[in-house]
Order: sequence, then C-alpha cells, then structure tokens
Amino acid sequence: MRPLDEKETAAVFEKLFKFTGPNLKHIVERPAVEGPDDPPGRYCFRLHKNRVYYASESLVRRSTNVSRARLAGIGTCIGKFTHHGSFRLTVQALDLLAAHARHKVWLKPTAEMSFLYGNSVLKSGLGRITDNVKSGDGVVVFSMTDVPLGFGVAARSTQDCRKAHADAIVVNHQADAGEYLRNEAEL
Amino acid sequence: MPMAKPPNPNSQKNEKRPQGKVDEEEGEGDVLSSKLPEEMESLDGDSASDNEEEEEEDGSQVSDLDDEQSRSDVSSDGDPFTDDFLGGSDEEGEELRSESDESDLEAKSRAIDEARARAEVEADEELRLNIKEESDEFRLPTKEELEEEARLPPNLSNLQRRIKEIVRVLTNFKTLRQEGASRKDYIDQLKADIMAYYGYNEFLADTFIEMFPAVELIELLEAFEKNRPECLRTNTLKTRRRDLAGVLINRGVNLDPVGKWSKVGLVVYESQVPTGATPEYLAGHYMRQAANSFLPVMALAPQEKERIVDMAAAPGGKTTYIAALMKNTGVIYANEYKEPRLKSLLANIHRMGVTNTVVCNYDGKELPKILGLNSVDRVLLDAPCTGTGTVCPDQQSIKTSKSIEDVQNCAFLQKQLILAAIDLVDANSKSGGYVVYSTCSVMIPENEAIIDYALRKRDVKIVPCGLDFGRSGFIRFREHRFHPSLEKTRRFYPHVNNMEGFFVAKLKKLSNSKPAAPGAPNTSEKTEEAAAIDDDKKLRKDAPNGKPEQLKNSRKGKGKKKIGFKSGTHSEGKVSPSKPKLRKKRKFASREEISQAREEKRKSLKKRKV
Repeated sequence: MRPLDEKETAAVFEKLFKFTGPNLKHIVERPAVEGPDDPPGRYCFRLHKNRVYYASESLVRRSTNVSRARLAGIGTCIGKFTHHGSFRLTVQALDLLAAHARHKVWLKPTAEMSFLYGNSVLKSGLGRITDNVKSGDGVVVFSMTDVPLGFGVAARSTQDCRKAHADAIVVNHQADAGEYLRNEAEL
Repeated sequence: MPMAKPPNPNSQKNEKRPQGKVDEEEGEGDVLSSKLPEEMESLDGDSASDNEEEEEEDGSQVSDLDDEQSRSDVSSDGDPFTDDFLGGSDEEGEELRSESDESDLEAKSRAIDEARARAEVEADEELRLNIKEESDEFRLPTKEELEEEARLPPNLSNLQRRIKEIVRVLTNFKTLRQEGASRKDYIDQLKADIMAYYGYNEFLADTFIEMFPAVELIELLEAFEKNRPECLRTNTLKTRRRDLAGVLINRGVNLDPVGKWSKVGLVVYESQVPTGATPEYLAGHYMRQAANSFLPVMALAPQEKERIVDMAAAPGGKTTYIAALMKNTGVIYANEYKEPRLKSLLANIHRMGVTNTVVCNYDGKELPKILGLNSVDRVLLDAPCTGTGTVCPDQQSIKTSKSIEDVQNCAFLQKQLILAAIDLVDANSKSGGYVVYSTCSVMIPENEAIIDYALRKRDVKIVPCGLDFGRSGFIRFREHRFHPSLEKTRRFYPHVNNMEGFFVAKLKKLSNSKPAAPGAPNTSEKTEEAAAIDDDKKLRKDAPNGKPEQLKNSRKGKGKKKIGFKSGTHSEGKVSPSKPKLRKKRKFASREEISQAREEKRKSLKKRKV
C-alpha cells in the first residue's frame, strides 16, 4: 500500500472532478472523525494492488502492520487502474460521490430497475435533472426518493434533454448498485 | 284432530309464532316443511316414533311442531321456563289451555334429549376406554417385527406413531413401561426410529437423545424440519427501521418488527419482490441476516471510537452491524481466513457504507502476532463450527455428514482461536476488554467446553451477555463439570426462540497475564505456550543434585530468571512454566538453607552446652 504518485493522483482527481467540480475540495479536506484519536486527521488516498482506497489517515496508520499479501481492503475502494494505466471509478465510490455530487438526475420509479440492470437512462425514465448540466459531465443517478442508484456521464445538456424524444439516451451508464449482485466478483 | 292442538308458545324463535298461527289456520302453512326439510329428516327418527299416531294428513306439520319443540328445548337446555317467559308474554291465555298437552310433549322431548346425551357420554367413555386399552398395550416391537419392517419400505406414519408412543412411555416410565423392557430398550428403539423417520445419522441421534428430554427432543426435531423466518437488519447508518419498513411494505413485502429485543430487526413473512434485489437493498439500507446473528453483536456492545476485531468476518453481516453501532468511528479489523469469501465481505462492507474497516486475510491464530498482543478493545469470535444448530429443510446434509471427528476438529480449532482472541484484547482498555464467543452449533464440546478451557487457560471471567432471553448454558453434562459461571452463557434453540440453534458467551479479560499453572498468575510477562523445547532445556539445567548444586542452582535460577525476564520482553518464545519452577527451586534451596542454618545453630548450641 502506498500513496499515489503525481500521475495517478492527477488521473483520480480528474475523474472525481467530473462529478464533483469545486466540491472536490470537500472530499480531500474532510475532517475524519473515525479514528480513536483527536484532533481528527484527514482523509487520504492509497494505492494497493491497482485499486485506489479512500480512508482516513488514522485508519491507514492502523493498517500498516497488515502485510501486503494479506491486506484485502481499507476504508472505501473508489476505483481501480486498468492494465494500461487509466483510472475507472467503481460503484463502491457511489456513497462518496452522491454526498458531493454537483449534477444529479432523478429517475421515475418505472425506470429504476432498468438502470439497476445496467442500461442507460432514456428520456422516458427521466424524472428531474439539475440545471446547467453539460454534455460529458459526470452525473449521479438517484431514485425519486433520493436513494443513490449509480452514476454515469450525461449524454445531453439540460436543454437538449427537454427537446429530446422519449427514446433518447440522456445518461450513459458507468456504474450502478445492481453490480453488487451481478459483478460481485469483479468489484 | 291434530289441528285442534293449540299453537306452542314454548319457543322464543320467531319462526314459531307464525308457524303456530299457520297451524291454526289449518294447512296454509307449509312454510315450516319447506324451510326445514333437513331438520325433519334428521329428527325424524326420534319424533316419528313419538308422533306415529299423529302422522295423518297433517303429519308433516305436526312432526314439525314437535321438532321445533324439541329443538327449542335443546336450545334452552331443557329449561322450559325461560322459553315460557319470553314466548308466553304474547300468548299467555293459550298457554294455560295447552299445558297438559305441552307437558306430554315436553316430557317426550326431554326423554329424547336425555337419551341422546347418555349415548354421547357412553360413546366418549368407550373411546377413552379404547385408547387406554391400546396404550396400555404398547409393546416394543420384537425382533421378528423389526426384521419384517426392515424388509419393507419404511412406513412413516407407523414410525411417527411409535416415536410418539415411546416418548409418552418415557415421560411416565414407571406406570407405562412394558414388563421386562428396560429404559435402554425404549431409548434404543427411539433412536432407531428417529434415524429412520427424520434422517439423522447415529452420532447426531445419540447426541440429541443425550442432551434433551424425550418430549423436548421431538419438539426440537420437528422444529428442525421447518425453515426459520427470514430476517432483515436495518442499516442505521443510512436509514431508520420505520422508514425502511414503510418503503418495503409499499413494494409488497409483508413484514413486522422482529421482537422487543431488537430495534433494528425486521422479520419477513412473505414478499412479492425478492428482498435481496430491491433498490433499497442495493443502496445498502438493510442486510439480510438470520435473527441469531444479531445476538453476538448485541452482546459485544461496541462503543464509538473503539478498536474491534472480528476474527471470522465473512460474509459481513456482523461486521457491518458493529460498524453501524459504532457509527463508522473507531477501527474494525475484519479478518477472514478463506479467500473466496473475502469478495462478499468487501461487497457488503461497501454496499452498507462502512468506512472504518481494515479487511485482512489471515488465519485467526496469527492475529495476535500481526496486530500485537493486548492491543484492541473488543473481539468478536463467531467461530467456525459443525453448524448442527442450523438444520433446516434447505440444509439437510448436516443430518448425515457430522461425526465425532468433525466435532473434535472444530473444538481443537476453536480452542486455539479463543486463546488468540483473548490474547488480542487489552485487559486495561478504558472501555472494553471483552471477548464474545459464539457458534451456531448446539454441541457441548464446541460451546461450554471451549469457554471452560478459556477460563482455565487465561485470566478471564464470564460476564452476562446482556441478552435476557434464551436458556443458560450447561454447567454439568454427563461426566463433564464446568465452571459454575457458565450459567451466564446463553443457548438458543429453534423450538424455543424460533431462531437457529446458537450459543453466545461474553468474557471479560481481567489481566494481561497468562496463568501457566492453574491459579498461579504471572506478572505482566508476555509469553506463548508452544515452546516445549525451552521447557526441556531448563529442566535439564535445573536438576537438583545436592546442596551445593542446589545453591548453585538457586543462583543460576536467579540469573536465569533475570535473563528469562529480559529475553521474554524481546522475544516471545519463553515458557512461563519455567518461571514458577525456578521459583520453586529457589524456595527449596532457601528451605534447605534455613534447615541447614538451623542445624548449624543447634550444633553450635550443643557445643556451647558441652
């Protein structure tokens, strides 16, 4: 387990920035009340076996005596680096993103299950969408009861969404909570 | 003329009065007969005999009247006065006229009723007599009968009947036993029948028969044939039970709070949607968990900002419950030995939004070395066991696959794990110092024996679990005698608590020392038990051969002791038994010295006297 180097940090922050925008500062500089010590430390990112973990400093300190081969996870895994070095966010980052998201989309109850199966969001399933979403922005998908379901990339801006016909894709799927059942082995 | 009979006001029934009036009107009222053909038929036998003489053209109506009367008498329990009071208010005059006739009819109908009642009582007695005769004659099947049975396919209803009979005999053995049959014969037959009817192997049948009295045994086995209800645990990190229950009910799940003993549990009776695939489940609002799995975590009672170890964490239900109780503060070390199960553990941790966990993949016995001795506040050990308490229609293989070797292997592993768990805990922790040991087995060698072993080997004591339901653990069983404080442990059974068979014990670590000999606590020296080699070496060195050597030994012992002390703090391979032996040697030496000194004094006194 080691801290991320510059390139890796840049890649991770870039992906996070798509979803959170200026709120990224909150993620990085959140006071961590988890540890048994005060004053509370902060959160940090660590790399372990190609996965990026987000954990408080005290937790990281307490996990240093676990050997590398035997450590399975610390705190929250937010994504992993692929073979060729690009970083992808996984569904486990959902809680973190949902708390700090800038752009949100709410789905109608009829479209919830479709998204949870891994399909993209169509205009017909769109309940609400935050203003000033631009195409290519990261978007967190919620149900109408504010339960986070997953996240994706906006295919259209808010205005275009209004004009689009019912079958148009508005959000491209990236990760959804259904993966906990479908892809448990690959998380 | 039958029609000259006045109407009978005896009945309170409204039907009667119009019928009576109808009768008066001679033939207009076939109302009765059309209304109550069945009554006529059923009572025909009785009333016909009485009314034979009256069965003329209006015979049907007359018999109806009688039927009504007898019916009314039956309904009023044969007491005509109440009827008269209500019915006669309208027709008092007519009543006076019809008294004599009525008394005849009344008498007749009363006679009919009495005859019927007598017949019922006799039938009852006869039935009881028959049953009694049958039961008195319950015999154990002879060898020929058994061989005959063995040849045919098993007759399940026969087996069940025989099981019930044997249980009945065993509960009242003195009176119901068969001449010449010992208790053992009955129990052997019961065991064979249980094995054939329920499908258990001999080991399990033996064990259950030993552990439970006959009636309870059958209750337990019957409970093992049913599935336990599915339970959910609300994730208090993300939602409240009330809100979750509302949402799930809207989705079509029929559920209820699980009981007074839990504020986060829900029990699911039936569901139109799969409870393991709702959006709320995927968002981590609840966890599907057996009711018994709530108990060890409730007993553990983790506080915020503590350090907790869960030694056998997968699939993560208890770990996430601990995190929810701690509100994501502190640190949880979630350890799982089997690598394939790590995936589900990690997935559940992330799904439920738990952020304070370090997941590792060690053998639980190694954890004290990795995490350090006396380093954490609480430890939960939900030990791997034979799982004999989890028998249910979905888990039938347990009935035939468990043997004495399985129990012994599990017990060996559990003993090592519980010692490791105790070594992990810091006795001087401000808020903790507890170990909770739980298994989903009902076997005594895996439950009480392990706790007793821990009491003997470490400086711990049993404290109440905080669970006010469930039976206390065994203090003695057959030839075993356990420490009396084992009554504070708790056992749960499917036929008593409607959850899987379970055992929970909570230990408090009193000090960080490890008593080597029973009742001889050391100072806070950190030692491990496995170094037998060191033991032998020391014994050879310390063999007493004579006084000077003893003196030498005592000095050596002191020296060794110092060395031992120093090295003990650095390495962890010293044997604690060597320390008290050295002490004993020194004591001996000093006693020798004292006696020597006394001898010399006496000699010198004698010399002086002389």
